[in-house]
Amino acid sequence: MAAPMIAIDGLRVRFGAREVVHGVSFSVARGASFGMVGESGSGKSTILRAFAGLAPDWSGAMALDGQALGRRRARDFFRRCQMVFQDPYGSLHPRQTIDRQLAEPLQIQAMDGIDARIRRALEEVGLPASARFRYPHQLSGGQRQRVAIARALITGPEVLLLDEPTSALDVSVQAEVLNLLADLQAARGLTYLMVTHNLAVVAHLCPWIGVMQGGEMVEQLSAADLRAGRVAHPHTAELRALSTELEEAG
Amino acid sequence: MSAHVEMRDLRVAFPSPRGPVEVVHGVSFTLGAEKLGIVGESGSGKSVTARAILKLLPRAATISATRLTFDGIDVLGASERQMRAIRGKRAGLILQDPKYALNPVMTAGAQIAEAWRVHHRGSARQARAAAIDLLAQVRIRDPGRVAALYPHELSGGMGQRVMIAMMLAPDPELLIADEPTSALDATVQAEILRLIEDLVARRGMGLILISHDLPLVSHFCDRVMVMYAGRVMEELRAANLSAAQHPYTRGLLDCLPSLIHPKDRLSVLKRDPAWEG
Repeated sequence: MAAPMIAIDGLRVRFGAREVVHGVSFSVARGASFGMVGESGSGKSTILRAFAGLAPDWSGAMALDGQALGRRRARDFFRRCQMVFQDPYGSLHPRQTIDRQLAEPLQIQAMDGIDARIRRALEEVGLPASARFRYPHQLSGGQRQRVAIARALITGPEVLLLDEPTSALDVSVQAEVLNLLADLQAARGLTYLMVTHNLAVVAHLCPWIGVMQGGEMVEQLSAADLRAGRVAHPHTAELRALSTELEEAG
Repeated sequence: MSAHVEMRDLRVAFPSPRGPVEVVHGVSFTLGAEKLGIVGESGSGKSVTARAILKLLPRAATISATRLTFDGIDVLGASERQMRAIRGKRAGLILQDPKYALNPVMTAGAQIAEAWRVHHRGSARQARAAAIDLLAQVRIRDPGRVAALYPHELSGGMGQRVMIAMMLAPDPELLIADEPTSALDATVQAEILRLIEDLVARRGMGLILISHDLPLVSHFCDRVMVMYAGRVMEELRAANLSAAQHPYTRGLLDCLPSLIHPKDRLSVLKRDPAWEG
């Protein structure tokens, strides 16, 4: 059997003296999507950041496509694995054109055909070619998140780490971005590891879901079980009840 | 029931290098002791509309209306002095993020006591007692301890309770809540909304709840006004949301992913230029 694309085993993460992730294990097969839900402070984003090499004080084991990850991420890691952040206002450089921001990962990875790759990336995320020489403030929030996704995709990664990719967006724009992510996954066979607090969003994009509470993954279940209410842990039940209560009201 | 707020044909414009840009194009509504939700996407003019009631807009903004009154007082004709007697005292404003809206170098108790003393006559000791009483009213379990905490020592939900306590200090008749729970977790969001609901009912206040979250607002309010590009698209009883007629409202509802009813693909909102008048 092939190694899972993402394997995390007994992961513990500390910030100073405080441990915020207490031994979390899960794996994601190649081309699959795994979503982590939970409230703020539950540790879900920290796991994502630890995998990306942004939380240095961790123990346990993490592997990308069977290769164990160490303290430092090699350059090759970022060609294969990229991250999309929540806030497209904060994650793009305000004084660089979209062209320059899309070129940078290609230069770092010493890839050729930069011009053609940028044109293709913009087209792939549904941005007009005219967006290329604009600055972030000249684009709408949804267009900026498309730029962030284009930047993550431009080196041709196999894994995308998605940290609340739609929570800063209006619901109409959220629908467009979620459809885009689904299309890109189908076209490229990407593996997604997503973090969100929105159960409807996670169930829409991820067939398999981990529920985080207080630094522990208290339950792993399928989206179908979550939808149907076949849940084991009280925290999952509580989150589900809050989400369905509002839906049923409408 | 007398109307707290009457608004007829509100227009707000901001200056730009190419001349004034109108962002609210003729909004009208009447509000009594009820819960009105204003829903719309970013840039729809929902916050600007609500803030116009308190004349809390940047100086550069031009506001006009054929009628804009708060409890019969002509807001547009009122002096700043008259407005100060309304703001806070008779109409409170709850903002989205307690991290930014609270003073970081004052304790929670001191901020509430300050708000109380601006609008009541009383000693420092009475103000402190009132602050602790208000913290208890927003269901903080250990109000004496929380009163001594600074904003950075409070969780998001606690911070929002402190802000609500501050707004309640002068006994307002109207609360304007601008995305009061968007920065909070779902479990905390539900608690804060129940708290606001309870306080509004107990004190007979009017409430304007501004949010981008259509299901949330319809769950919570009596009436919902849907705004798009500075205009009211539709106004409906909250209970009838699922029977909404306007294509924009329908579009907003349809593009939401649902936990109960899975969709293969989300429908995307098709914006009709006709909605912009």
